[in-house]
Amino acid sequence: MNTELIGVVGIFILIIILAIPIGKYIAKVFLGNKTLLDPIFNPIEKLIFKISGINPAEEMNWKQHLKALLSINMVWFFLCFFVLLFQGSLPLNPDNNPSMTPDLAFNTAISFLVNCDLQHYSGESGVSYLSQLVLMFLQFVSAGVGIAAALMVFTAMRERTTDKLGNFYNYFVKSCTRILLPLSVIVAIALVFSGTPMTFEGKDAITTLQGDNVEVSRGPAAAFIAIKHIGTNGGGFFGANSAHPLENPTYFTNAVELWAQMIVPFAMIFALGFFLNKRKLSYIIFGVMTVGFLLLVIPTISSEINGNPAIAKMGIAQTTGAMEGKEVRFGPAISGFWSIATTVISTGSVNSMHDSSMPVSGAMQLLAMMVNAFYGGCGVGYLNFYIFIILAVFISGLMVGRTPEFLGKKIEAREVKIAAFIAIIHPLLILAGTALASYFAAHDTEMGYWFSGNATGWLNNPGNHGFSEMLYEYTSSAANNGSGFEGLGDNNPFWNITTGIVLLLSRFIPIIGPLAIAGLLANKKYIPESAGTLKTDTSIFGIMIFAVIAIIAALSFFPALALGPLAEYFTLK
Amino acid sequence: MKNIFSLLKLTVVLIVLFIVIYPLAIYGIAQMAPNQGKGETISVNGKVVGYQKIGQKFDKSNYFWGRPSAVDYNASGSAGSNKGPSNADYLTLVQKRIDTLLLVHPYLKKSDIPSDMVTASGSGLDPNISPQGALIQVKRVAKERHLAEAKVKALVESKINTAVVGPETVNVLELNVALDALK
Repeated sequence: MNTELIGVVGIFILIIILAIPIGKYIAKVFLGNKTLLDPIFNPIEKLIFKISGINPAEEMNWKQHLKALLSINMVWFFLCFFVLLFQGSLPLNPDNNPSMTPDLAFNTAISFLVNCDLQHYSGESGVSYLSQLVLMFLQFVSAGVGIAAALMVFTAMRERTTDKLGNFYNYFVKSCTRILLPLSVIVAIALVFSGTPMTFEGKDAITTLQGDNVEVSRGPAAAFIAIKHIGTNGGGFFGANSAHPLENPTYFTNAVELWAQMIVPFAMIFALGFFLNKRKLSYIIFGVMTVGFLLLVIPTISSEINGNPAIAKMGIAQTTGAMEGKEVRFGPAISGFWSIATTVISTGSVNSMHDSSMPVSGAMQLLAMMVNAFYGGCGVGYLNFYIFIILAVFISGLMVGRTPEFLGKKIEAREVKIAAFIAIIHPLLILAGTALASYFAAHDTEMGYWFSGNATGWLNNPGNHGFSEMLYEYTSSAANNGSGFEGLGDNNPFWNITTGIVLLLSRFIPIIGPLAIAGLLANKKYIPESAGTLKTDTSIFGIMIFAVIAIIAALSFFPALALGPLAEYFTLK
Repeated sequence: MKNIFSLLKLTVVLIVLFIVIYPLAIYGIAQMAPNQGKGETISVNGKVVGYQKIGQKFDKSNYFWGRPSAVDYNASGSAGSNKGPSNADYLTLVQKRIDTLLLVHPYLKKSDIPSDMVTASGSGLDPNISPQGALIQVKRVAKERHLAEAKVKALVESKINTAVVGPETVNVLELNVALDALK
């Protein structure tokens, strides 16, 4: 057990240390400074822009950024939707998997488009290899879009007074080619040599040692799993995601995949410091996020190591902790750590089944997605945090009676209105969705077209835990996370369509908001720092941001958590 | 309209980069990996008996058993049970598994049984059990095979994988293959 805890601490520290040079590299890429990889990528990017007829040097204002971002997403949505809808008759389908129903294709296309990767299908039987490849394409570009959006905000924070905020395509293509691609190649190589398959041959039929005939699913998994983590996407190649022994074969690959999903979000925070030349600000932000992360992760690991009290009562040994839904090669400590890493960051890949986690862990996983601003997904994590910074600046400005300013720009009514709207939309989508589903479940409504049978049929567990399953599904959608309490019967029009809508709104509104705020602020007059300025790179301000996050999350979500995991915790005691 | 064409062209170029060049590059590298990236297999007398990383079903009494599985070790799919910790039906099932283990291994005390032997894994394909999970089965397996208990126990101990960090594991298929070779 001790070496398991050492493993957790060691991996976490290693990720932080490696994130700093990568952050520096990211800043260099976007400042246009020289990097080691220039000789490889300069010609590739030149070719990409030449073929597509895009001028990457053309400056855009924030509205042009948004327009470009939204239109290219629309193109990708239709592309992916039609491939999934007709995959059964398209090539690269050695296992002869059928085409998707329209509602499932709608949900899946949106879900990968918005970097969420909620999967209402199982990889082995639900998609062809061609679809897996198209989904992999979305894993690259959706992460690239997130980083590009964050970069526009970075640029807006850097410039004095301007509406020229760089070029969206330039940011986007460079994110994909210079950050996501090289990191994915490294991770894919590590996986391939540790036993993850990379083959285009379909299932293999074997006779086992004791003489049973079974089929074993394989596929081009290593390439897919690498970008699934580097891009904080989380969509699994196999149904069991990173709990599957081919998707995550060893303790070592588990560490690599943890590194892969945390590295870009961590590095982006450090990149901000290098980019603005305000390293202290990025340390404060990183500190606040880390405190929040640790507050979630410590109770989780402790409750998983202690095991299930109801099973302890049966008198068996729980030296290996709570093992339902967990793999022996990982054990409870790193599984608990992973479950929080994947929920604070919007990865949503799992190496243990969250549905079977202890109630405290379930509460922490939910809370991680409800806050949705500790580290966060590729690029968008910082955008969510940016909203809380704006709110904290405004509230602390009011408290001390100074004009709220952030980096020399006045925060006024318009910006605060946008920030407040973004802060409210997240709980609204989660709680309204859960309320709707719970209403049907509580009345055991006959669902007709929407679900075959009565509504309680979609629950895999009774009581408080059943409520948690529905709450988790909407929370995961709204946080663009993609993990699930997977017992929920979610492949039906009701869940496919309602979560699909939540996914769309909760991806694009929290991108539009920060881009608008940053664009508006960039346009304003720069006010030099004076004795009357509220300093934003101090630990006091860090505490202020943390308080704002805690109050917003606790006030909006505590009642829902009390009905779900907290109630279950007390019944198990 | 010109704009939409640009977006389409950009999409096509990136598709070539990310779903043709990138996977082919990794596929090329995989040709140097164990079993050319098709998954490592274990063979007995030249015949493949399984994948090293994929757990398989053992329920005959002369073999070591693996963990309970929600998909019955059918590796064309994968899943956990997704049962919540307070689910009454689930707890009854765990109790039943404990009772079965005690019935087949009458020499065991309840507190000898590790939790991984009575709970389903996340993938349903977990190839491993904890060392304790293997050790409790030694006496039964030795008796079934008319082997000295000490010899089987020594075999189990030689098959415990320890690492610098992380839990100790026993690969059930590897253990059983070695067991078949034991005279």
